[in-house]
Amino acid sequence: MARELQLMKGNEAIARAMIASGCDGYFGYPITPQSEVMETLMAEKPWETTGMTVLQAESEVASINMVYGGAATGKKVATSSSSPGISLMQEGLTYLAGAEIPCLVVNVMRGGPGLGTIQPSQSDYFQSVKGGGHGDYQLYTLAPASVQEMYDFVFDAWDIAFKYRNPVLILSDGAIGQCMEKLYTRDNVARWTEEERRKNAPWGTWGKPATRNHNIITSLELDSARQEVFNHKLQAKYAEMKEKEVRFEALNCEDADYIIVAYGSSSRIAMKAMQMAREKGIKVGLFRLITLFPFPTKQLAEVAKRVKGILCVEMSAGQMIEDVRLATECGVKTEHFGRFGGIIPTPGEVLEALENKIIK
Amino acid sequence: MTEEIIIAGFGGQGVLSMGKILAYSGVMQDKEVSWMPSYGPEMRGGTANVSVIISDERISSPIINQFDTAIILNQQSLDKFESSVKPGGYLIYDPNGITHEPTRKDINIYKIAATAKAQELGISKVFNMVVLGGFLKLKPIVDKQYIHEGLEHSLPQRHWNLIPQNEEAIEIGKGIIEPVQVL
Repeated sequence: MARELQLMKGNEAIARAMIASGCDGYFGYPITPQSEVMETLMAEKPWETTGMTVLQAESEVASINMVYGGAATGKKVATSSSSPGISLMQEGLTYLAGAEIPCLVVNVMRGGPGLGTIQPSQSDYFQSVKGGGHGDYQLYTLAPASVQEMYDFVFDAWDIAFKYRNPVLILSDGAIGQCMEKLYTRDNVARWTEEERRKNAPWGTWGKPATRNHNIITSLELDSARQEVFNHKLQAKYAEMKEKEVRFEALNCEDADYIIVAYGSSSRIAMKAMQMAREKGIKVGLFRLITLFPFPTKQLAEVAKRVKGILCVEMSAGQMIEDVRLATECGVKTEHFGRFGGIIPTPGEVLEALENKIIK
Repeated sequence: MTEEIIIAGFGGQGVLSMGKILAYSGVMQDKEVSWMPSYGPEMRGGTANVSVIISDERISSPIINQFDTAIILNQQSLDKFESSVKPGGYLIYDPNGITHEPTRKDINIYKIAATAKAQELGISKVFNMVVLGGFLKLKPIVDKQYIHEGLEHSLPQRHWNLIPQNEEAIEIGKGIIEPVQVL
């Protein structure tokens, strides 16, 4: 499929991007509000065109371990779910990170805790960037704010995942997943040939040639000294991501007296609030996080030096705000505004919070 | 130009598909669009609604709570969204099943008896297009030719033979919408 203009849901965009980006396999289990990902894959039948495998597993635990198995061979493998399902995958995710297996995981967040609601939320920030599973690991975490980004970030995810041999998380929410917007599709990238896979994933368990020793994929190391060396290697990898792979968007921040920091669908609502504030003569900017890990610490600190206050907007009780305060070393007044449990704040509420909590 | 619309009624009335056809027509006319549905248990036999934004500029938030136009197809939706119409905005409703009429004095109110008309003509399947026609009469934000393309993109190819009937329904809607209160 060549570059084409379409109207589609964020979830559908994720599925179509998987097919178009040469994904080899998808394993998942249905859950609202991301069920359209697998629905679209099943309707498109990519196994008849690109040869991509699509399988509905018996659970999220099974899905993530199928991802582990498939991706260990150096193939491009993905799964998707929503908050409660992602919680079930946490053991698998720490194993994937510990075994340095590239893969793609999509979380279309809904309200929690527990089984919660099926409406949009952003209360999985801590889970996504502060661990989730055990051990010192990080997922490279992208937060799309439009249907176009849902699509584009799948392509970007494979580049990062294989460059760093690390799982990539696309952290979205029910609003972007269910919303339909314009989308420009891209030319299809062919799935890797056997030869390309061996070249791009020389570490993979795709069969042992006589020329080298066995490739072993594991996260187990009983020698603590060696495990410490391995942990240093992981930390060096995360440090390199912090150095080279930070992404953000600063809108109207140059002359801003106040900024709103937000990501995903909250950043869209905040953008409208920013426009409303500017119409009233209040100079507001928007600092939108695109990568949540690595967090744009230096870049935000730079902008924060010039402003009188920061409002953090997130559909949570206040998670991202911790990293904002760390980035600015609490040097500027910073408050949180959010609705949660599946309630989406309105642009008017955000502006009101900005006026009452920050400007007043 | 930015037009922020809510379409609300019962699940099964074609609320979401009406929004989709309108949005796709906007895409075809090179507008920026967003289509944000309510989703969840409320869709099963209950109320359904969708916010559609059509604009010449980049759309900031697809999630909005103040609308230029509210298209209302049942009493619950009227109760819920009458107060969300911007002052000076438009409220269009189908009187079928409405027991309490809208009361606001600062908005334009139009009535479209689409349910009755569609039943009378035996075209209940395209009832939602009758309503869309009424809206387009008041707010001609997308041209006729793009509505045709929007229908082509929204309907599966096996249903393209129904496009003329849909277009006819739009024309009928344009003819039967009537003012209740015009500012």
